[in-house]
Amino acid sequence: MNDILSGIQAAFWLIVTLDADLIEITLRSLQVSLSALVIASVLALPFGTWLAVRRFRYRRATIATLNALMGLPPVVVGLIVYLLLSRSGPFGVLGLLFTPTAMIIAQVIIITPLIASIAHQAMRELWAEYHDLLISLNTTKRQRIMTLIWDGRRALLTAGLAGFGRAIGEVGAIMIVGGNIDHATRVLTTAIALETGKGDFELALGLGFVLIALALLVNFGIHSLSKTEREGRW
Amino acid sequence: MKRIIAAFLILFSTQLHAETMKLAVTTSFHNSGLSDVLLPVIQDEIGIEVQLIVVGTGQALRLGRAGDVDAILVHSKAAEETFVEDGYGTHRREIMYNDFVLIGPETDPAQIAEAATASGALQKIEAIQSTFVSRGDDSGTHKKETSLWSSAGFDAASFGAWYKAVGSGMGASLNTAAGIDAYILSDRASWLNFGNKGGLAVLFSGDPVLFNQYAYLPVDPERHPHVNATAARQLEAWLTSPTAKELINTYQIDGEGLFTFNATQ
Repeated sequence: MNDILSGIQAAFWLIVTLDADLIEITLRSLQVSLSALVIASVLALPFGTWLAVRRFRYRRATIATLNALMGLPPVVVGLIVYLLLSRSGPFGVLGLLFTPTAMIIAQVIIITPLIASIAHQAMRELWAEYHDLLISLNTTKRQRIMTLIWDGRRALLTAGLAGFGRAIGEVGAIMIVGGNIDHATRVLTTAIALETGKGDFELALGLGFVLIALALLVNFGIHSLSKTEREGRW
Repeated sequence: MKRIIAAFLILFSTQLHAETMKLAVTTSFHNSGLSDVLLPVIQDEIGIEVQLIVVGTGQALRLGRAGDVDAILVHSKAAEETFVEDGYGTHRREIMYNDFVLIGPETDPAQIAEAATASGALQKIEAIQSTFVSRGDDSGTHKKETSLWSSAGFDAASFGAWYKAVGSGMGASLNTAAGIDAYILSDRASWLNFGNKGGLAVLFSGDPVLFNQYAYLPVDPERHPHVNATAARQLEAWLTSPTAKELINTYQIDGEGLFTFNATQ
């Protein structure tokens, strides 16, 4: 219990003294996970919606696969991305290994199925509601998908935030492809793993609380920017 | 939406421009804290930003083989020599050594503090089958431990449940040992810098077989043309220079010297 209290204290001091290293790794955590979130959302939201609207032969199998991929083990994704980006691997010439870009790639792979799957669930119900209307208006597939995405934006926001949550808290994959290099690829989660390894639980826990606070801040921030959950705008 | 994009662009505008090289080092070297002393001086004196990839020796050698780093600094002689023979590294340069210590519960149930040699100490642990935590991750420390067990006349793979191979780095393994009051082999540097010692203490050290030689191996640019061979050469020259000698020999934790510089000039 004492350890947890001193962890909270450590977190407090790190924040009030604006520790330079803390700010750097916090910004990098945000940079990596927000980039991964944007890229994954661009891929996953239309795909999830498309899956809800479109009927095709292997739809069931595709949805089942997508749901299963929500549980992709990050450490395996990390290893595969490492092997692909390694100098001896197929994309080695790009020299991306041990850069924030490699970390973004790994996180995109991890969170895209999650976002797509949640988006699909939400859009399926909305589509049941809108089906007759949109068909009778003689809309194109593209218009239907765009309408659903716009009208279901709050459910999609939840999908995105779930993806962000998984990305910002992830350590297995980015440790392998990022290498946890100080001042280059160190982020909050890998720093926590490092400090735990050194037996410095206080600092590790302090960083942990900063990470939790950051996740809360981003969630509140996105909610207020997108003006959801406000009076008169249910 | 525009505000989100603006916030996003600000986050993206942090890129570094400096000569950099990637060096794979072992966890034990990094945990010692010596790198925090050396790296800023290297940056100042030869203008190279050395990016450390901190992994076990096994993974460090793999990274070197794949050409994902420019050089490696590890401590497992046999594996290093194979690395050079197989043509992945140009040569092997010894830099410094520290030593391994046997750590265990202060009460020392196996009485290893009275042993004359490292082999004797391990035999005492095996005799009462006292809990022992092994790195079990194919790292330099793990390889050392395995070879110590075989020179004591045992095969570590055949041990029962008292021998726990945790498959983690030095710090995580020490955390485990502290949690279950087990014996463990650690390098002295990691131990001194470790913050969660619990009821553990150094019980046996000083046997010459416990010396731990670190060597520097640049990755062969003929095999991997993209490596930063110039920076790797400059770093080697610096690591074997009088400045490095001074910094390495005088590095202390709690008043104890950790490393002994022994590179040939």
